[in-house]
Amino acid sequence: MSGKTLFEKIWNDHAVHTTEDGYTLLYIGRHLAHDGSGHAFGFLEKRGLKVRRPELTFATPDHGVPTTSHKLEDITDPMQRRAVETLTRNAANHNVTLFDLGDSRQGIVHVVGPEQGITLPGLVMVCGDSHTSTHGALGALAFGIGASDVFHVLATQTTWQRKPDAMRVTVDGERPFGVTAKDIILSIIAEIGANGAARHVVEYAGAAIRALTIEERLTVCNMSIEAGARAGIIAPDETTFSYVEGRPFAPKGKDWEMALDQWRALPSDADATFSREVRMDAATFAPMLTWGTSPEDALPITGSVPDPDKETNPERRQAMQATLDYIGLKPGTKLEDVPVDRVFIGSCTNSRIEDLRAVAEVARQGTAKVPAMISPGSTLVKLQAEKEGLDEIFRKAGFEWRESGCSMCVGMNGDLVAAGERCASTSNRNFPGRQGKGARTHLMSPAMAAAAALTGRFTDVRSFAQKG
Amino acid sequence: MEKFTTLTAVAAPMDRPNIDTDQLLPARFLRRPRAEGFGDVLFIDQRLKDDGTPNPDFVLNQPAYKDAHIIVADRNFGGGSSREGAPWALLDYGIRCVVASSFGDIFYNNSLKNGLLPVRLPEDVVKAIRDQLHDKPGATISVDLEKQTVIAPDGTSHAFDIESFRKTSLLKGLDDIGMTFEHEAEISAFEDGFGKRHPWLFART
Repeated sequence: MSGKTLFEKIWNDHAVHTTEDGYTLLYIGRHLAHDGSGHAFGFLEKRGLKVRRPELTFATPDHGVPTTSHKLEDITDPMQRRAVETLTRNAANHNVTLFDLGDSRQGIVHVVGPEQGITLPGLVMVCGDSHTSTHGALGALAFGIGASDVFHVLATQTTWQRKPDAMRVTVDGERPFGVTAKDIILSIIAEIGANGAARHVVEYAGAAIRALTIEERLTVCNMSIEAGARAGIIAPDETTFSYVEGRPFAPKGKDWEMALDQWRALPSDADATFSREVRMDAATFAPMLTWGTSPEDALPITGSVPDPDKETNPERRQAMQATLDYIGLKPGTKLEDVPVDRVFIGSCTNSRIEDLRAVAEVARQGTAKVPAMISPGSTLVKLQAEKEGLDEIFRKAGFEWRESGCSMCVGMNGDLVAAGERCASTSNRNFPGRQGKGARTHLMSPAMAAAAALTGRFTDVRSFAQKG
Repeated sequence: MEKFTTLTAVAAPMDRPNIDTDQLLPARFLRRPRAEGFGDVLFIDQRLKDDGTPNPDFVLNQPAYKDAHIIVADRNFGGGSSREGAPWALLDYGIRCVVASSFGDIFYNNSLKNGLLPVRLPEDVVKAIRDQLHDKPGATISVDLEKQTVIAPDGTSHAFDIESFRKTSLLKGLDDIGMTFEHEAEISAFEDGFGKRHPWLFART
């Protein structure tokens, strides 16, 4: 019998019941909720049910909160305001831990989870948000679910799931200067496609992954969903343990020792088998950005807009043309020659303190030529950045320094990109209409977005950084 | 949820890959109460022009597809966000079945929990069905969940896979939670053991 993968070990530890055809009733170690959880709490109340394990659910408002102010009365959209108020009420009624507006622990749910030690190795975690894959960075099996499942988790602390297949993406080699975690994950998605990991849990392995900090791993796992994966996961190691130790909701004392013993046994066994293996060499990677309307449409900054006429498959040619029509780019244009209208730095992908430090490194070398805003991933990240004086660097360079929230990644709070505007964004989705109707989104790393702000066009951050 | 057994209906072809949930239902409508319905905002930014009138180029606006209850798409239909509003919008518009070569996993799961049948067929089969629909706009296809078959406009039959757990729920129109409550004793017993293995999770800080 072959060994077990990391994700299978976690799966088995949470399996309550498995049907003959392999459907499993999985126990949920920790559940995260946000201001989008109103539908699910509503279903619960309609059925007259209670939250089964309130101590296992943690909530914070993020999607609809304003970034100009964190005062409830400053939420102008009545629907968004009601959603935040409803979360406060639901958390109180159901005795769920809440980091509300005004609490320094508030933030984007996927930034808050790891920051507070809610996210732990070996846990099955869910949230009504697709970027729940983020938490896999700490060795948790974490995936997004819809409102019906959130309701089911609230009521039963379980969910019925088909066991996904295991896939391993091994990235060996050393990443060159200027290549960030964002460039690693965009390179992976460009290689395997936006549905390349469908029905799979992707385990990221290899020297280049091991060398990443936890915040970098969070960026990589965050975008697993953009490759269609059910989840992304990285084996917990000493880097993980030292990140988790001492965080407010992490185990302490004797519990910590007990947890460590369990966590050290989690990595995939040497003889574990994966249904699919992909190998890549980080030494070949370059700073990336997307040119189209799917995260798989990613190219190195030194590239040019692809030409549909060179595509032999007629349907693909048509799809590529439709993409170029939406995004407003001409085939053959050098990416470095494309001007941008605005820059957004934030989202659950890239809004942590290391991201902001990388932005500051570039921002201190000039002044923004286009509107650029920064929304930190949590209020604690904001406070840390201010303690380090990063906010001063941002302001001096003409960047707007905002409050934390999902902000312009999804635009639900009114932070929108206007129709036809081109935005260099550190977020995770460049879908048509994602940042606003008709908005043109280009995904890239925080350093690349900062460089685009200073030059007003897509810019190879490597030349920029060397100049400074 | 509403049951799904068999369906013979007009099918609309959508050739583009990666029709994501932001296209199905833009984020600005997510805070609507479920009772208000989402059918009027399905694909709204493509279905309607900027002035609010129907975009005649959009497939569902074409007369041949007025009564479409099935969509035949390409790869990665429903990729992206976990918003259950995406299947709700399809259902409320009248779509009961989507055929594609692959789906976003969360969308796939959400669909099954709402009586919307996602059918996965090989890429060449899906392409052939779309070609037939383009040749004969308004053609119907038949879906039989019990037999797990799709009959294309040209009469060819294609078998599809679905886990029997989900198939049974759909055929009977059952929600998960009813089944889960039958496992209550098992959950409680599991929880005791789980709590002993991970006591820190249950101790409130």
